[in-house]
Amino acid sequence: MSSALITYYVFMFTAAASAIALLFARSVFKGALWFLICLLSIAGLFVLSYAEFVAVTQILIYAGGVLVVILFGIMFTSKLAAKPLRVENTNVIGGIVAGTLIFGLLTKLVLENTVVTEIASSPRAIESIGLSLMTDYALPFEVIGLLLLITLIGASVVTAFMKEKKQ
Amino acid sequence: MNSLILMILLGALLFSIGAMIIVMKKNAIMMLLGIELMLNASNINLVAFNRFYPTRMDGQMFALFVILVAVCETAIGLALILRVYQYYQTSIPENINELKG
Repeated sequence: MSSALITYYVFMFTAAASAIALLFARSVFKGALWFLICLLSIAGLFVLSYAEFVAVTQILIYAGGVLVVILFGIMFTSKLAAKPLRVENTNVIGGIVAGTLIFGLLTKLVLENTVVTEIASSPRAIESIGLSLMTDYALPFEVIGLLLLITLIGASVVTAFMKEKKQ
Repeated sequence: MNSLILMILLGALLFSIGAMIIVMKKNAIMMLLGIELMLNASNINLVAFNRFYPTRMDGQMFALFVILVAVCETAIGLALILRVYQYYQTSIPENINELKG
């Protein structure tokens, strides 16, 4: 077994194990840290699948941006209670039934229908991503920029005037 | 077993765990983490299938756009959660029952 394949299996195991640990996490903060481990190992899987740019974007935006925002949210929402946020479960039976049904259905479909083809060699991925961002995907690129601007303004407006409280 | 099948099975596992988190957890931030996990599962599928068509970058481009939309969704969702927390002093959606008849 080659070392790349061993690394592959290690990243897969880490991603699956940290997702399961996130399911059983008892505090929101520890859940966010398990989620961070899951994101980083998924980024490792992206690198091994010849998607370096997506992996770097995953680390920069998800692990760097989204996780920091979520940790800030946890800090703000646990400020008034002055104790760590406990996570309680509800609908346990419904959740387990829904999750196992989805997983079983997807597994059955994948194992029955996946056509295995040869793994082709990879060209220079980053160069062709840059070229297609400026040619084929120019309109979605602009639209996603507009969406980010709208999100920035919207999040600022929603959280800007937080004074009145329900007594 | 083939690595493509393993990647897709990992995506299926992460997707169902995300669905279970959304259904089972009481806290709103935990539900947000579940949604992010489901989006990551779809990204794993996109990148895994893109590996078999290396001349086209459609899968990776779509994964990038999914990441960006997920960022927008997280920012707006957390802003709404903070606003609701300031008003109702709770981040548990079941306790927000002012309109309950």
